[in-house]
Amino acid sequence: MSCDGRLWVPAFAGTTGVLREFSFIVIGVGRHGVATFAGERVMDAPTAPGAKDVLRQHLIDPEICIRCNTCEETCPIDAITHDARNYVVDPAKCDACNVCIAPCPTGAIDSWRQVVRTDAYTIEAQLAWDALPPQQDVGAAESPDIPQEVARITAVATAGQGGAAAPPWSAAHPYVNLHTLARPAVATVSGNFRLTGEGASSDIRHIVLDFGSTAFPVLEGQTIGIVPPGADAQGRPHFVRLYSVASPRDGERPRYNNVALTVKRVTEDHDGRPVRGVASNYLCDLEKGAAVNVVGPFGTNFLMPNHPGSSLLMICTGTGSAPMRAMTERRRRRIALKEGGELMLFFGARAPEELPYFGPLQKLPRDFIDINFAFSRVPGQPKHYVQDVIRARGKDVARLLQDDQCFVYVCGLKGMEEGVTEAFRDICRHYQLDWDVLLPAMRDKGRYHLETY
Amino acid sequence: MEPINYSEKIPNNVNLAGDRTLQRALEHWQPNYLKWWSEMGPDGSQDFDVYLRTAISVDPSGWAHFDYVKMPDYRWGIFLTPSDAERKIHFGEHLGEPAWQDVPGEHRANLRRIIVTQGDTEPASVEQQRHLGLTCPSQYDLRNLFQVNVEEGRHLWAMVYLLHRYFGRDGREEAEALLERRSGDADHPRILGAFNEQTPDWLAFFMFTYFTDRDGKFQLCALAESGFDPLARTTKFMLTEEAHHMFVGESGVSRIIQRTCDAMNELQTDDVAKLRAAGVIDLPTIQRYLNFHFSVTIDLFGADQSSNAATFYGAGLKGRFEEGKRADDHRLHGQTYKVLEIVERRLVEREVPMLNALNEVLRDDYIKDSVGGVNRWNKVIEKAGIPFRLVVPHKAFHRKIGTLANAHVAPDGRVVAEAEWNAHVREWLPTPEDRAFVASLMGRVVAPGKFANWIAPPLMGINKQPVDFAYVRFN
Repeated sequence: MSCDGRLWVPAFAGTTGVLREFSFIVIGVGRHGVATFAGERVMDAPTAPGAKDVLRQHLIDPEICIRCNTCEETCPIDAITHDARNYVVDPAKCDACNVCIAPCPTGAIDSWRQVVRTDAYTIEAQLAWDALPPQQDVGAAESPDIPQEVARITAVATAGQGGAAAPPWSAAHPYVNLHTLARPAVATVSGNFRLTGEGASSDIRHIVLDFGSTAFPVLEGQTIGIVPPGADAQGRPHFVRLYSVASPRDGERPRYNNVALTVKRVTEDHDGRPVRGVASNYLCDLEKGAAVNVVGPFGTNFLMPNHPGSSLLMICTGTGSAPMRAMTERRRRRIALKEGGELMLFFGARAPEELPYFGPLQKLPRDFIDINFAFSRVPGQPKHYVQDVIRARGKDVARLLQDDQCFVYVCGLKGMEEGVTEAFRDICRHYQLDWDVLLPAMRDKGRYHLETY
Repeated sequence: MEPINYSEKIPNNVNLAGDRTLQRALEHWQPNYLKWWSEMGPDGSQDFDVYLRTAISVDPSGWAHFDYVKMPDYRWGIFLTPSDAERKIHFGEHLGEPAWQDVPGEHRANLRRIIVTQGDTEPASVEQQRHLGLTCPSQYDLRNLFQVNVEEGRHLWAMVYLLHRYFGRDGREEAEALLERRSGDADHPRILGAFNEQTPDWLAFFMFTYFTDRDGKFQLCALAESGFDPLARTTKFMLTEEAHHMFVGESGVSRIIQRTCDAMNELQTDDVAKLRAAGVIDLPTIQRYLNFHFSVTIDLFGADQSSNAATFYGAGLKGRFEEGKRADDHRLHGQTYKVLEIVERRLVEREVPMLNALNEVLRDDYIKDSVGGVNRWNKVIEKAGIPFRLVVPHKAFHRKIGTLANAHVAPDGRVVAEAEWNAHVREWLPTPEDRAFVASLMGRVVAPGKFANWIAPPLMGINKQPVDFAYVRFN
């Protein structure tokens, strides 16, 4: 069945809609271990007892800075000052809001050192520098750039490919962690629409968040964190939930400062027991105009290539497809540029009515994207899984796997990982390729990206 | 023919769509602008996709939107920094009065003249630089050149917007004339001298963007203080782009110096002939280029004593650099300032009313700022362990405007006889042989990540892209 006519979602008619949904993942802070309960996987970041208070200190590289004063002019809290020699950042004032980063013409502003908070470089020390000091060993276990819980979830998600792969060489530079738990961005809900059919067992929603005048630049493939308000039964704040953006970098509506998420309402756990997912229900119930706390963006690897002639091979199941929609939509908006390259999508779901954006996806021109559905629960039809359809298209898949200009993205539930890998292995065998040689080569070139949960 | 949707085509935050008259005026001007760009803009670049920064809004996240753009399709926008309803005029005779949202009748001619003079420099520099793309030392530099060019184009739009919006028919005529004058044209030259000079090679280009675009910065800073609020808000936003131009200049010269120093250390020589044979630009030549560009640029600030400057200030049209940060009465009656003149073959300082010396005040602020970057260039030489220092010449050296015009003053500030000037001028200013040598090095290098032999790669790429990123696609 089609969503046409029944669903009207502004500004994405004719786009593909696919989704990755992380609402079953909850990341905790302050407790230990990994547990699965109530359909939500919980991973905690252990806090190191006696850990030093490490500050990621914002500095300006005096060797690159041209003293143009743009940063000082831009800083909303006057944390930047200068003398005749250097421009410097006051560690007591700077709250790493990053407003000064983009306007800097040189990149000198984007300099950071981890320091023990009490030993932060003073303004006086910075004014005397000719060059930045080297990074000292401050005993920090992990880079404080990214919250520990986000680093943890990323590690789990990319374990299937042996850790995060390099991004494509032509990927745009991603901004990360502009908005922290301590200083989340506040977005406004500008739309919330049900995507799945009436008869569908799942309630999947298209939620548009508008950032107004707050900078929140995201690239296709990046994630953002949602902080549900309130506290859990134990009175602790809720954990951050990560959602992949489903809209391209220039906004759900082009040139608007907004992003789209595709959120599945969690009503049961993996074993089918009824449960109410905190974040997904919070998001799905949001009304237009509501305010939402958002952190991020996160992710520096699962990014799309930008060079003309690059191709995308995308494989996803039900909840793993938001980044594919974002990338496809990015490409769709640039069709007129005739940049070349091909798009091939394998998309698995239980049934068409469970598949978000099914109608718009089908409207995309055949010569723009080669779409292959796999439905596993259509009455009267044999079960088709995504790996079956990949095998059926073995010749084209083999060609794309060997094409240095083709970048592969796999996203969905952990369960799909093995099937997809085996399908690739079979295809390679058939076409006299060695998957065990091909995979590391692709990873090294930033051509293979897998995130499963 | 499809009508162009101007509100769509021109990114703006001035509600262009809501002002039909203005929109019609720009509809009339834009085709002429594009014609000028195709005739006088970067030579042979029309089909390139260039990785450019486009301002899409005035908030910090909107200043730096990077993507590949075909330059004729660059979205030249009109941006004013947000208005402050409470803003007051903070200098001159109208001190304390609300800033003007429209042009006061009595200052109309002066304001128009200020805007036209500023606006004229923008297309002029594009014209001066139009052939440089053919000899670029790398893709990275080619991209930076084009970025400078499109932003000069945007600055022209900014000034033309003011002319169209606030000056009626006169303004529209001036806007047309901005597209008709040509840099270096004997019959229709650009208004200011430095903008009729040639920018024949990349060393000249980097010196120009370091020194002459810095003049732009100071002029814009002074105009950003203006009591005419739309001018203040326009120029304030232009400054964010001007910073990139100075970055191109400062880092460009710095990279040339780096390469020269590397070669000096490799070859263990400071012999000019040997270094030239090795294909790098010797430091004395760089010093002579510096002398030339510095002296030509400080002339742009105008005569050291000027009643116009006093009028502009008194009327609240043009302030001083960082007017708002200065702790004086902001009227300057009875205050004095020292200017130079030559008495009996010696430079002497003379106190004159500060109001009449405001050009000199701005020039001195500019010189202070320029010296900073030259010191940073010297750090590169110092780091390489080479006993040579670049020096900013005395401000009386090689002047063509004001009291010191055509005086014979050596770079160290000594007044010299004409014979001595003639005997040494080849050591002080670039000779035709210097220029021919630099020109001989100018070959086109466009393979990603490759750089001409006479310039070092930059420390980092644009927008955190790698240095060997494909900044330009030649199609």
